[in-house]
Amino acid sequence: MSRPAAPVALDDTDRRILNALQEGFPLSPRPFAEAGEALGLSEDALIARLARLRETGAITRFGPFFDAAAMGGAFCLCAMAVPADRFETVMTEVNAQPEVAHNYERAHRLNMWFVLATETPEGITQTARRIEEATGLPVLLFPKLEEFFIGFRVAA
Amino acid sequence: MTIDATDRRIIEATGAGLPLAPAPYAAVAERLGLSEAEVIDRLAAMQARGVVRRIALAPNHYALGLAANGMTVWDVEDTEASRLGRQVGALEFVTHCYLRPRALPDWPYNLFAMVHGHDRAEVEEKRAAIRVLLGPGCRADDVLYSTRILKKTGLRLARREG
Repeated sequence: MSRPAAPVALDDTDRRILNALQEGFPLSPRPFAEAGEALGLSEDALIARLARLRETGAITRFGPFFDAAAMGGAFCLCAMAVPADRFETVMTEVNAQPEVAHNYERAHRLNMWFVLATETPEGITQTARRIEEATGLPVLLFPKLEEFFIGFRVAA
Repeated sequence: MTIDATDRRIIEATGAGLPLAPAPYAAVAERLGLSEAEVIDRLAAMQARGVVRRIALAPNHYALGLAANGMTVWDVEDTEASRLGRQVGALEFVTHCYLRPRALPDWPYNLFAMVHGHDRAEVEEKRAAIRVLLGPGCRADDVLYSTRILKKTGLRLARREG
């Protein structure tokens, strides 16, 4: 469990790195040299900047992003209405499932929203049922029917 | 099955991220007893098949000062949902947009659009812009602000026996 990180001080170069590398990173023997060239940075300078951005928490992940569905697995957004006095216990039970990739508390009657990532499509309902048995609370499933894919821009 | 055992080892070795070293794919290859070329070729092949969506950086919205994260949700006519979803997804400030099933009677919404902002006022402004775009095609809407990250991990593959 993590609290929101405090805002990190970024300079213009950091912002350019964050914006450029959200779009993609080269798949070549010296990718930092290649990506650095486009940013006007040396290989060493880009690596040092990324290391600092990762250390300060400005970067959540850096590397390949995999699609569970393309590997024969599945993703599913799920929601639960958890009574306030049981929230921490239920959170521990839900988070204990390795299939729970991320989990957010949200201000709503449905106050716990998590994503399941499983190796098979059946794994979604199996995991949801396991969570229902462990917590005694219904799990609502919101599988994606259609994705309106627009990239991953965040104006840094 | 679109991945074999070697692909799976590469996925496991890079699931937490790439090493920050001049030759990161060579570093992964060395750890797995493969050649650098094989790691690069297999990642490229997985990318071509859609197993790898992209190789990139994911910024931490909170650390960037985008402290307000609102999941805006909309009840739109099913026959209009794809057309409207494309329009909402094309908005510059929407980071993810999906059509999902309703869960009646608890949940009447079928269009989900994630909006980030420096504060809730900024998210509300963006939400109002979505409402204008949807016009009379939207019957009801809500916004769910995240108040805490309870868990966040990369994709982990379950261990396969044998």
